Amino acid sequence: MASDTITAEEYISHHLTNLTFGQRHDGSWGLAHSAQEAADMGFMAVNVDTFGFSLLLGVLFMFVFRLVAKSPTTGVPGSLQNFVEMVVEFVDDNVKGMFHHKNNMIAPMGLTIFVWVLLMNIMDLVPIDFLPEAGKLVGIHFLKVVPSTDVNITMGMALSIFVLVIYYSIKQKGIGGFAAELSLHPFGKWGLPVNLFLEVVNLLAKPISLGLRLFGNMYAGEMIFILIALLPFWAQWALSVPWAIFHILIIVLQAFIFMVLTIVYMAMAHDDH
Amino acid sequence: MNINATMLGQIISFAIFVWFCLKFVWPPLIAAMEERKTKIADGLDAADRAMRDLELAQNKATDQLKEAKQEAAVIIDEAKKRASQIVDESKDKAREEGERLITAAQAEIEQEANRAREELRGKVATLAIAGAEKILERSVDDAANRDLVDQLAAQL
Repeated sequence: MASDTITAEEYISHHLTNLTFGQRHDGSWGLAHSAQEAADMGFMAVNVDTFGFSLLLGVLFMFVFRLVAKSPTTGVPGSLQNFVEMVVEFVDDNVKGMFHHKNNMIAPMGLTIFVWVLLMNIMDLVPIDFLPEAGKLVGIHFLKVVPSTDVNITMGMALSIFVLVIYYSIKQKGIGGFAAELSLHPFGKWGLPVNLFLEVVNLLAKPISLGLRLFGNMYAGEMIFILIALLPFWAQWALSVPWAIFHILIIVLQAFIFMVLTIVYMAMAHDDH
Repeated sequence: MNINATMLGQIISFAIFVWFCLKFVWPPLIAAMEERKTKIADGLDAADRAMRDLELAQNKATDQLKEAKQEAAVIIDEAKKRASQIVDESKDKAREEGERLITAAQAEIEQEANRAREELRGKVATLAIAGAEKILERSVDDAANRDLVDQLAAQL
């Protein structure tokens, strides 16, 4: 909510600034006090807020699922086990439908991606000023609560998957086979430079599109919540409620797309032409 | 929105979470689900088998019932036959017994008649002697005449 003391621009940029920990200009380590200071910290800095929430949600996910997996009953499952099994079966069905090679890692990775990204996205439905205002009370200046609106988080996962794609491409086809795949399609060996250019672009487009798609969707959704929060308080519900309801769709859809594309990329890495 | 080490942190935590899920979450859940699947399949199979068994048992029971009924009819027939046989036998026995009794009674009657005759014979002798005594009164020697009369009585 825009208070009288700050302008709309300040409000928006405040909401888009991470709580960053890194080395300040004077050489000391600590939290950045402005967006400029955070940017000046360079690469050796950590967005404490998004990374913290990301870890928190990941641990929450692992805790709940491990709770069920520790002693699963083969008889009639309780409601929590039922829910967990529903999610596991959903992921398993998707993996079985798209990935036809032998690799035990793909399905658990799909589950991790789906639930974790879903939890990160769901943070978008927490009222936009709720946690940042609470943070102010305990002396935290900036707080971005939706990890998937941080490009570091989404690209971190996308790059992990990119590394796996390259690893499994080489493992399945050998270095020669992978090189052949990159250079002999689609125009045969006489069009080698063109092939190489097209295929490398194709390869690099995978992680970039994967990470930026999730980031872009969640960032845009967050942005609209921020803009709605600039309206007078009595008018906000008229826009924020429909947008939140619509956003539920986007949240699940983006998590699902991230998982499906991961599975598809892994399947493509395993496929031998 | 700066690219910084958060990305590395996310990569590391992603790897750890995937590893954890791969090791401790996915296998037990999938194993439990598979086990339940086979359990349910077994249960359905067993139900089918039980249904078939029930049908067989019902057929068997009907057959056995029919057989038992036939057997019972045979037994009843035999029993009836046996009963009439026993009745006939009893009748025969009764008749024989009756005849035996009649014969015995007749024999006894004859015996009685004989004894009466003997007695009568003895009495006749006495009576005759008494008569003769009355007739002859005092002149007759009792002993000499008795021999005569006894001889007479033996000839009766």
